[in-house]
Order: sequence, then C-alpha cells, then structure tokens
Amino acid sequence: MMDMLQQFIQGVFGPAWPVVWNLLKIVAVVAPLLLGVAYLTYFERKVIAYMHVRIGPNRVGPLGLIQPIADGLKLLLKEIIVPSGADKWVYLIAPGLAIAPALAAWAVVPFADGLGVANIDASLLYIMAIASMGVYGIILAGWASNSKYAFLGAMRSAAQMVSYEISMGFALVTVLMVSNSLNLTEIVRAQDHGIFAGMGLTFLSWNWLPLLPMFIVYLVSGVAETNRAPFDVVEGESEIVAGHMVEYSGMAFALFFLAEYANMILIAALTSLLFLGGWLSPVGFLPDGFFWLAAKMSFVLFLFLWFRATFPRYRFDQIMRLGWKVFIPVSLVWFTVVGVWMMSPLNIWK
Amino acid sequence: MEFKTVVFYFLSAILVYAALRVITARNPVHAALHLVLSFFSAGGVWALLQAEFLAISIVLVYVGAVMVLFLFVVMMLDINIDRIREGFWNYLPLGAVVGLLMVVEMGAILGSQYLGAAEAQVPQTAAGVSNVKELGRLLFTEYVYPFELASVILLVALIAAIVLTHRGAKKTKYTDPAKQVFVKAADRIRVLQMPAEKQD
Repeated sequence: MMDMLQQFIQGVFGPAWPVVWNLLKIVAVVAPLLLGVAYLTYFERKVIAYMHVRIGPNRVGPLGLIQPIADGLKLLLKEIIVPSGADKWVYLIAPGLAIAPALAAWAVVPFADGLGVANIDASLLYIMAIASMGVYGIILAGWASNSKYAFLGAMRSAAQMVSYEISMGFALVTVLMVSNSLNLTEIVRAQDHGIFAGMGLTFLSWNWLPLLPMFIVYLVSGVAETNRAPFDVVEGESEIVAGHMVEYSGMAFALFFLAEYANMILIAALTSLLFLGGWLSPVGFLPDGFFWLAAKMSFVLFLFLWFRATFPRYRFDQIMRLGWKVFIPVSLVWFTVVGVWMMSPLNIWK
Repeated sequence: MEFKTVVFYFLSAILVYAALRVITARNPVHAALHLVLSFFSAGGVWALLQAEFLAISIVLVYVGAVMVLFLFVVMMLDINIDRIREGFWNYLPLGAVVGLLMVVEMGAILGSQYLGAAEAQVPQTAAGVSNVKELGRLLFTEYVYPFELASVILLVALIAAIVLTHRGAKKTKYTDPAKQVFVKAADRIRVLQMPAEKQD
C-alpha cells in the first residue's frame, strides 16, 4: 500500500521528486519548531508566573492556551516603521539574518536514530558555523537603526557572543574528542555503551557525568549565546530600553523574538544530544525514541526559564570576567584532563 | 548543463558581484557586509569541490568571528570617503602595477591548466571517507612540523598583539568582582539599637 502510494507520488512529480521530498522534510521540521516557539513563550509566562505566585495568561482560550496565537496575530497586523536616518536595506535585512541561522542549523539535528533532514559527516562543525552567524542580525539591527540605545545593544551583543563562543567551542571539541566523531548521530550512539550502560543504568554513561565541567560550561554559555537572563544585557530593558530591537515593530520585531526562542530550543536540543544522550532512554529496560529527546529538551528549556525567574542580571564586566577568566581556563584544563585520560589505561571511551 | 555547474555559476556570480561591491561601496559597513557575502559564497564553492572542512571553517572563522570584530571596528569609525579619495590619482600608478602583477600571477596559476604546465585535477574522495578525519590525519602525520610551527607563530602573534596594546597597569580605580562576591552584609551595614526618644 505504502509502496504504491510512494510510486504514485514519484510518478506525479517525476524528476522533481527529490526537491519536493526535501522541501516536505524541511516543512516537517520548521512547522513544529515555530509552533514550539509559540508555546515556549506561553510556557515561559506560565512558569515564571507560578514562580512569582501569579497565574499568568489565562484569558484567551481555556487556560490561556490561545494566547500565543493571539500575540502572533497582533504582531502580524502591526505597522513596520523604518526610523528616519536608518539604513533602510540593512534595517530590513537584519531580522532575516537573525532568524535564518536559527532555522538553518536544524538541518542537521537528528531527532531519533537516522531521523532528520540531513545526516552529514561534519554536522557539529556545521552547527557551530551556522550558529556563529546569528550575531549578524543583532549587530546589523543595532547599527542600521541609527539609534544610540540600539547601537549600544549591538556592541554589547557582539562582544558577549564572541567571548562565549570560545568556551562553547572548547566544550564541543571535548565532546567530539571522546566520541571520535563530528556527526551528531554518532555522538549520541557513542553514549549508549560503557560501564554503567552495561549495568542497565545508561544515564550514567552519558557525556554529562565524565564531562561534568564541560556540561556546565556549555549550558551556561548557551544561555549567554541566546542573550537570555541573566545574560540579557543586550536587551537590558532597565538600562538601554530593548537594545537592538528598540526601533523595530510588528513582524520585524517578531522575527527577532522567533530567532531568540528558536535558538533556545536549538541549544536545548544540542545539550540533550551532546551531553544527555539524545534519544537514548535513561535505563536499559525502556525503549529509545524521540520521546526521550523531547523530554530532555523540555527539561533544559525549563532550566532556561528557571534561570530567568531566579537570577538578577549580570553587570557587563562580570559577564566578560565569567567568560574569559572562568570558563575559558576551566574548559582548557578539562580539555587537557580528558586528553590525558583518553591516553591513559583508564580510558572509558573505547 | 549539470546541476552542479548551475550551482557553481550561481555562487560564482554572487561571489564576483560581492567582491566588486567590497571595493566600490561608498559606505564602509556595506563594504564589510559584501565581504561577508563573498566569504560565504566562497565557502559554497569549496563545498562543491567536496572540501567540506574548508568550506565550514571559512564560515566559522571568517564570517563568524573575524568579520564580526571587523564590523565592530568599522561601525565605530568615522570614515570620510572624500578625504580617502583625495590622493587617488597620485597612488594610481603604484596601485596599477601591483594589480597588474596580481593579475599575471593569478593568470599563470589558473591558465596553467590550459597551457599544460600542471595537471590540476581535483582529487575525488571516495564516498564514506570523512574529509575532516583525513585532513586531521594528514596534519598530524605528514605535516606535523609545519602545522606545529604555524601554531607557534600564531601564539607569538597573539602574545605580541597583547603586549603591543597593553599600556601597563591601570591607574584608575576599579572594582574587584571576586572581592565583591565575597562581601557579607555584616561588612557593610552596622545595625544600631537606638532607644526611642521621649516626646514632650
């Protein structure tokens, strides 16, 4: 039945079938992602509200569940204003430059063993390269707005993102060293065997335990990379209004918003894949599957929201100090330790 | 025409246009942005040659880090284009000579295939062989000394840059975050008990 259907569809599209098939796969990833972004904002407001002993959105739809749709619709209908003196082209391109890398990085993310848009050899490298381009949207928005607050936000963001990319890169290098691969699928597969996995306790064989310092460095750098609280000096409402987004309105603003949340989900997915065993089940007797990845991602996303409700905003010099004087030395030391560990007879990654 | 050829010409057209705009754009930020675009298209062309590691690293290093810092600087500069263009005719002969030399050199390399001087065959890697792994193996076996030498030179350059820009210890007062973190309320605030005064 399925074969006949497939043949029929291939017959309809002819040689264009691979293109159509890939487009369908992209839609199958991006549509749930955007829905996830919408409901992540709802989740965030609810979680923070309960932490503040409030109720949160509860007017639009049952339990306020239609709230994100209403917000999206509102932004869609707003006018987009280009400030006088702004560099019009750059101003309008900037939101696109912010959202494009946030979506393009998903091309190589595996959702279960062999399930993803593309499975390329250097997928970790690809994600690092694409994610490093996300900063352009922010700095160009800040520059093109022709506004001092926006420009300050842009400068802060450029310095912060470049600083935290280094420690993040070291964390990734350590992971690829122990998994002996740049391929995300291989990295997850490398986590399902070990001493504890042999005892049925797979979750102790995941990378988070032997690479605990790197896990923490990666997670915190991830929060800094996405400009989330307590590293949100880029927006810093009480200091520079809203940073690079001051002058943006309507859908142009919504794109920055989407990019930030898509990046959060991406960091959560990467943390789950690299350190928390991706789609592997935590114990031997339960089957692996996409469900576990989703659960781990939700947990990491909850951490993001928890941080926001808990920590006050860092001062800018404290951010720089944490990045350069704490994380980079820590990751360099652990990087060396793991290197020596792998060469010693105590190597656990064989 | 093969699909790969179409992609190649598409990327090359963008690359040439962006490279032209780098030197003709009046706004330095626009010029820097076109440089980013040309790096990105060059990465695409390299990916077509199956050099995936090079293609991704040019995006990672040049687009993701170098050009961000470059933009950072260019945005803060106040560049007066007319003053830069003042000496255009004086410098033209020297510039023309350098440009001509570069054209000849590039022609010699690119034309050698037609002149039969060198067999410029692109080695095709077998499917299933990781480009990154092969590159790493070569770098740490056959080219290990040049590679280590290059890293030492980079390290020296890094330290030199710090030494050149470091202007001695700071004379201004500054806060020490480590000390700030360890401050306790008792170190800063003294709570006094004051008996209430009688009002009459």
